[in-house]
Amino acid sequence: MFTKTSPALDLVYFLVFAAAVLTMPIWLAPIGAGYPDLLQKFAIFGLFATGFNILFGLTGYLSFGHAAFLGVGSYTAVWSFKLLGMNPIPAAVLAVVASGVFALAIGYVSLRRSGIYFSILTLAFAQMSYNLAYSVLTPITNGETGLRVLESDPRILDGGGATDGPLISNLFGIEMTGYAGFYFCAVVLLIGFFIAQRIFRSPFGIMLRAVKTNQNRMTYTGLNPRPYTLAAFVISGMYAGLAGALMCITDPLAGAERMQWTASGEVVLMTILGGAGTLLGPIFGAALIKYFENIFSAFNEQTLHEIFGFLPDFLEAPVVAVSGLFVGEGWHLTLGVLFMLIVIFLPGGLMEGFARIGRVLKRSSNKSEKSGSATAPAE
Amino acid sequence: MEILRVEGVNKSFGGLRALNNVNFSVEEGDVHAIIGPNGAGKSTFLNCMIGRLAPDTGSVMFGDISLTGMKPYEINQVGVSRVFQTPEIFTDLSLWENIMIPTMAKRDGVFALHAFKRLDQDKEILDKSMHMLEEVGLADKRTVIAGSLSRGDKRRLELAMCLSQDPKLLLLDEPTAGMSRADTNNTIDLLKRIGDRSITKVVIEHDMHVVFSLANKVTVLAQGAIIAEGKPEDIKGDPRVQEAYLGGAHL
Repeated sequence: MFTKTSPALDLVYFLVFAAAVLTMPIWLAPIGAGYPDLLQKFAIFGLFATGFNILFGLTGYLSFGHAAFLGVGSYTAVWSFKLLGMNPIPAAVLAVVASGVFALAIGYVSLRRSGIYFSILTLAFAQMSYNLAYSVLTPITNGETGLRVLESDPRILDGGGATDGPLISNLFGIEMTGYAGFYFCAVVLLIGFFIAQRIFRSPFGIMLRAVKTNQNRMTYTGLNPRPYTLAAFVISGMYAGLAGALMCITDPLAGAERMQWTASGEVVLMTILGGAGTLLGPIFGAALIKYFENIFSAFNEQTLHEIFGFLPDFLEAPVVAVSGLFVGEGWHLTLGVLFMLIVIFLPGGLMEGFARIGRVLKRSSNKSEKSGSATAPAE
Repeated sequence: MEILRVEGVNKSFGGLRALNNVNFSVEEGDVHAIIGPNGAGKSTFLNCMIGRLAPDTGSVMFGDISLTGMKPYEINQVGVSRVFQTPEIFTDLSLWENIMIPTMAKRDGVFALHAFKRLDQDKEILDKSMHMLEEVGLADKRTVIAGSLSRGDKRRLELAMCLSQDPKLLLLDEPTAGMSRADTNNTIDLLKRIGDRSITKVVIEHDMHVVFSLANKVTVLAQGAIIAEGKPEDIKGDPRVQEAYLGGAHL
């Protein structure tokens, strides 16, 4: 994929993206996604998928254990709340550091293999972390109950002791819930996006793409692929840790279920659905999946009856029965069908779809221009 | 002056003795061809030189540096490049990017974490790689994805990638294998042209037409041992070579 790049174009790209993200509460309201809880999820999972894409999209190494870093980030953030206080900034910084160290250890071992063996190794590590969080590591993770901040925790920077009201992360007095929480997540997402954009345009980024394309040639070109992949792995682990911290910043509770393999699988789906290797794709993918999860799972028989109320009764009953399979508990079915359709017809994900639409529009506008002159040659 | 010296190299695969006490040296500036019938051990020999295979015994010296035991990327960094039998290029990247990578490897070494520099602002890399593309005549295809090139152009690109690193020694493993006559001649022309840059070349080749139009020294390998060495014209007439290589037929 070769596109002309320049700092000015990238700045425009970034500013448009920033404007779109920051105005999400407005333009997502008409489709029922304008409420803070869901918007926070868009930003958090967008960040998670952006980081995952640096590893998977650029180097082609498919990690099936990224949820482990999400968990490490979450636990670190809650511990930071417990020990240091409810400020989200130290929590985020410590989560990035902790997940980075964790990723360095797991990556160092897992990257000795590539392809399916790498995926299995990362999966094994993640499942190990998940099970340890429930058993041996209970003193740190508080097991099944989940780790939460207690009134009795030291919280040095806050002065500790009792507080009025529930313990919620706050940035110098602004509570990180609702829209304030969303804007905090959105700003972190923008920082993450900016860094990802720079990586994509950097010599490091092109080396990662070289890893994906031909490691043999790379070695015989005087480059060692191992540190490149390890760096990508650690960077994407840090993104995941940061996303995990954001989850706790908006809701200070960390549970081990966050590290389960289904969560690792979800970020893979997001990235592929949106378009692996593209900057925006994973964020679209994350938003789409979270939207489906929240909107479709909220539908029930009652709402379906209301939607299809215009149909005659003998039609309405079967239509509701069939579509009922795809909503509520069955929203995974909708997601599965959508995923299959995209993988089969748009292997490049949503971004490829947008590119195709763009090309069709361009062609039709060219045609309408050319139709004026009689000598327009056929393509 | 000697640039490469191979001494007493042995290599066995299980019971098969692929290389049998090979002694070999390459003079600086030479185009040295290694020929031999199928299974003579030519590729094994090359792989031992470039670090893909470790010889069982013996040493490979590049100037004062011992190449035995070095990793392929370390061998490249001291100035040895390799062209593969089937062109090894970055098929998903554009031609220009394909050349930028070796140019950066030459400048920045085995690993450099330039995650915040902009590649499109790096004038040195952009100009050098563009210049290289012009030199091999691929400049107008610079935005094309390398995987879509013809076999001949892929070979040309791979050569350009190697040359962009200014290697002291270039190893070519059957550079014209599987090419049409026209592509073969183009490749020979290109290799002759870059011969002016005093890069020492070791060519493994099947095609006698290529060997005799390029090489100024030929080594003949048969059953893992060197059976003859000398100027191309001498080799042509050597009865041992004809026996081993062609079963007695005249070249």
